[in-house]
Amino acid sequence: MTEVAFDPAAPLTPTGNLRRRRMFSRVAELGATGAALFAVAVLAIVIYTVVSRGASALSFEFLVTGAPTGIAPAIVGTALIVALATAMAMPVGVLAAIFVTEFAGNRVSRGSKLTLDLINGLPSIIIGLFVFGLLVNHHTQSGFAASVALAIIMLPLIARGAQEVLLLVPNSLREAADALGVARWRTVLGVTLPSALGGILTSTVLAVARAAGETAPLILLCSVFDPRHMDLNVTEAIPNIPVRIFQLSEEANPEGFAQAWGMSLVLVSFILFASLGARAMHARSRRKMTS
Amino acid sequence: MSQRDSTQGPGGALPVSSRVRIQSGSLPHPAGTVAGNGAARRELGLESVFEVSDVSVFYGAKKALSGVSLRIPRSRITALIGPSGCGKSTFIRSLNRMNDSVPAFRLEGQVLYHGHDLYASNVDEVEVRRRIGMVFQKPNPFPKSIYDNIAWALRNLGLKHDLDDRVERALRAAALWDEVKDRLKSSALGLSGGQQQRLCIARAIAIEPDVLLLDEPASALDPIATASIEDLMHSLKGRFTIVIVTHNMQQAARVADRTAFFGLDASSGEPAGTLIEYADTETIFNRPADPRTRDYVTGRFG
Repeated sequence: MTEVAFDPAAPLTPTGNLRRRRMFSRVAELGATGAALFAVAVLAIVIYTVVSRGASALSFEFLVTGAPTGIAPAIVGTALIVALATAMAMPVGVLAAIFVTEFAGNRVSRGSKLTLDLINGLPSIIIGLFVFGLLVNHHTQSGFAASVALAIIMLPLIARGAQEVLLLVPNSLREAADALGVARWRTVLGVTLPSALGGILTSTVLAVARAAGETAPLILLCSVFDPRHMDLNVTEAIPNIPVRIFQLSEEANPEGFAQAWGMSLVLVSFILFASLGARAMHARSRRKMTS
Repeated sequence: MSQRDSTQGPGGALPVSSRVRIQSGSLPHPAGTVAGNGAARRELGLESVFEVSDVSVFYGAKKALSGVSLRIPRSRITALIGPSGCGKSTFIRSLNRMNDSVPAFRLEGQVLYHGHDLYASNVDEVEVRRRIGMVFQKPNPFPKSIYDNIAWALRNLGLKHDLDDRVERALRAAALWDEVKDRLKSSALGLSGGQQQRLCIARAIAIEPDVLLLDEPASALDPIATASIEDLMHSLKGRFTIVIVTHNMQQAARVADRTAFFGLDASSGEPAGTLIEYADTETIFNRPADPRTRDYVTGRFG
């Protein structure tokens, strides 16, 4: 212990096995950087393909007419199905998040988080099958059934996102409200929720972006429709973008392929803008809350 | 402890009253009242608001506070001083049940508030805090306008008439009115630290509590803001019973009528905070009975 392992007066150049350790760390760093670049490249290639093949199909007519020239019924149908799903998933998701962060004890809260994560991990085809058995079997396909399936997919995304922002609300605000003799639920409505509202909206938009492109359950629940006409009746199958893309790609029709790529471009643009916009909004509300 | 009466079902269910909101003016009496302390309450020549007897506080297995007994007189300022980690904050938070939300919190002993057991099973902690307000170490205004910071609790408690008037009175009492009267609608987060803390005090007194608990209200403030908070305490004295935790001994000497010195007591195994000496402020600072108090107030604490 008394002997120093190196000469403190020696020049500060690599000695011993430092050269080898430096080499190893260089290789590890290169590997990690490469993997990250690869992930970015995948996204870039997908977007490039969709844009290059889909752009030619895009036109004003394409967006506002029905099949065979346009996709307006599918856009409206998807908007309707997703809106209905959001109307179902958002209240439940936000209330579940409030329960976990504001009311539940430690153990219960861990259990509910785990449950939500497990729902999030369910394959969407399984959710589709479940809703098929529940609402479609012995009845007919419907936009409503599709909404229920999408709501189940959105629920954990909204609930976990809302939890995250509710946890960011400083505890000192809850204490302040407690110390004023205000009941907990009023505190949630008057202080906690308003502070977390931005983040809750963000996670909802992210969930919408995810649900808009969900295909597997819709093939089971909402695929026998007439793509030529607008249909706002959710008690029957209504046109929607993902299933329409699937159908057009299955047909041996070059025009259909072009249209499928055009629809993909519309869908991908919506999802990208929604996600990026939501993240920007999230960053802003986070800054506002933590500053 | 629990009072048995006709409302109690055969299955031993809680009395109906235990869950309903109690009207202001009376805590439910029977369960918590302990007979025979009326005489003791006058021992100081003053009516006591709190009578704390042999209170110990545990967080899980850890003992944070051990065997504290004291009386807090009405309409006076009582200061709690002592080194860090000796249970002052734990103690003051036990006076309005703010510790209830701390996991594994447990209290032994008895805290009487105007003769009612604060920890009786039929006492509603929301009602407790409505009467015993608290201001925290770090200013914690709501992210709302200055006006709404004060009006929000008033509205929720049903004190809706003369709202503007109540807000103005609270701000005046907290010596903040002149500084904010022209920007009541702007965010409270734009105020300086000292102003925010006075806003928190205004918020606490707007609901007209009986007691004001201040947990190191000036520790995050500069000397000028501290001085204005101290002036404020002097002006509030008489209207409210004030209990203040402070690290600053000069502050205790300046504002308090009674001072309690807390310290660590390791006599029974692991060290826990405890009350070492409690007397008039003048006595504590000039003629302390306990050598530990003397060492602390003269700055010789090791």
